[in-house]
Amino acid sequence: MAVLRLEGISKHFGAIHALNDVSLSLEAGEVIGLMGDNGAGKSTLVKIIAGNFQPTHGKISIRDKQMNFHRPVDARDNGVEIVYQDLALCNNLTAAVNVFLGRELTRSFGPLKILDYAAMNTAATKLFRELKSETRPRDMVRDMSGGQRQAVAIARTRLSSASIVLMDEPTAAISVRQVAEVLNLIRELKRQGVAVILISHRMPDVFAVADRIVVLRRGKKVADKPIAGSSPEEVTGLITGAIDAA
Amino acid sequence: MVSSIDEAIARQTHTPISWMLSKQAFWVFLAALIACVTLTLVTDTFATPQNLFNVTRNFAFVAIIALGMTVVIISGGIDLSVGSILCLSAMVLAIIMNAGYPLWAGASAALAVSLLIGGINGVLIAYLRIPPFVVTLGMLSVARSAAMVLSNNKMIYQFGPDEKQLFWLGGGSTFGIANPVIALVILAVVTALLLKWTRWGCHVFAIGSNEKAAVLTGIAVRRLKVSVYMFSALFAGIAGVLEAGWLGGVTTNLGQSMELSVIAAAVIGGANLMGGAGTVFGSVVGAALIEIIRNSLTLLGISTFWQGTFVGSFIVLAVAFDRIRARREADN
Repeated sequence: MAVLRLEGISKHFGAIHALNDVSLSLEAGEVIGLMGDNGAGKSTLVKIIAGNFQPTHGKISIRDKQMNFHRPVDARDNGVEIVYQDLALCNNLTAAVNVFLGRELTRSFGPLKILDYAAMNTAATKLFRELKSETRPRDMVRDMSGGQRQAVAIARTRLSSASIVLMDEPTAAISVRQVAEVLNLIRELKRQGVAVILISHRMPDVFAVADRIVVLRRGKKVADKPIAGSSPEEVTGLITGAIDAA
Repeated sequence: MVSSIDEAIARQTHTPISWMLSKQAFWVFLAALIACVTLTLVTDTFATPQNLFNVTRNFAFVAIIALGMTVVIISGGIDLSVGSILCLSAMVLAIIMNAGYPLWAGASAALAVSLLIGGINGVLIAYLRIPPFVVTLGMLSVARSAAMVLSNNKMIYQFGPDEKQLFWLGGGSTFGIANPVIALVILAVVTALLLKWTRWGCHVFAIGSNEKAAVLTGIAVRRLKVSVYMFSALFAGIAGVLEAGWLGGVTTNLGQSMELSVIAAAVIGGANLMGGAGTVFGSVVGAALIEIIRNSLTLLGISTFWQGTFVGSFIVLAVAFDRIRARREADN
């Protein structure tokens, strides 16, 4: 059973056809590399899955149940989480507080509700351990490496037990060693049965972790095939249009 | 493998001492302490009970407002209207008590008016997205003018039947400690607890650091901002009630340009005007340092005209210190 299924998704902004009849399905524990040039429709597609946009045509189903997302929170409630390119973290707060931001754990103190730092640190420690990331819950995000920041952002998606995680260019602005860390994080998500859509420009990263590759060009899906049956050369050709479709 | 990750996660980055040394508030506290010790040694007038009583009471008003300002600055905003709110609050109190109503009625009305002013600031900033600098600059003018209209620009020095209680509240002492200082201690503890232990405090830090992230995680950012400006206005209003009791009279120039001392205290204490950083302890110590500088100049026989030079230099020095340290950390 597909965790996520898109059927005939189109999105028009006035006369501009950002997406044209895109279908896609995603199994649990599957990692899809979503590639395409700037303006190919990747972010529009992600925004539709995340509930920021509503498609002009087509339907979205999660576990064979048809969805109608009006707001991002609708998508989140159905297990779709996004890791934003700029990560949306607060530098001046600890890793644990960032993981729980907006849904902090509290305990009663007389008539008052006070933050339960101990519980948040313990829970965050558990999440980081599951992700096999050397991230300390009490450290300020300010002092962290790019890889650790990704771990914090990803731990946030684990907190809500998301079944679909959308990652927007997670390896764009970090060092080579940290890229390896982030790829390991994606493998951990996969191992835990999470379906991942990885949007990336970096060919080696996509080939390192993805099971399948999907290429968009000018709003149309031009390829959707297992990574084993493709090559970076072919994908480059598909992205630029040198190869028509595969 | 697993145990090594556990060890790495459990390892602490900061020892308590390295944590303390990394705080601007600690260095400012040290500076204030050194100033106090030096003054005690070179003058025989500083460490007298009367002088210490005066010093602590004098800085209490600025420090109380600085608590509210610290919260605003942490949230990434600024409140220039606090001096005028203090004046308006004191004036409302004075007019109501002057008309023969009891202290509690006057004080409640004064605080209610302060909260209303803060609420207006907050709504204009959060919902109409007008920059805080502009909104509160406008309110600086409006609130003081309102105080002038209400009093017809006259001094009020008679406070009706509860006059004695009011004078005790602002000018009296309990166990040898000036009442405004006691109020400061209570409000400082409350503010510190709110910032550290409530979701509200946590969210104030979050919006000051990355407002977009706060929105994405579902924090009600606009309501939070309104509450922050109401908080600041409330503290200015409390200081207004206390200062009216201390001075024994209210004029419409009360609290003029006080916002500058208040912001100076917060900034010297480590609050970052870009948002996201600041501490209660730092702001109180910052306010104390300003008052100690003023007091020492008087005691050492130096013209008080130099006060501005010293305080101003200290603001720049404290922030420069912080910048240099931040750059060194970034280089590491």
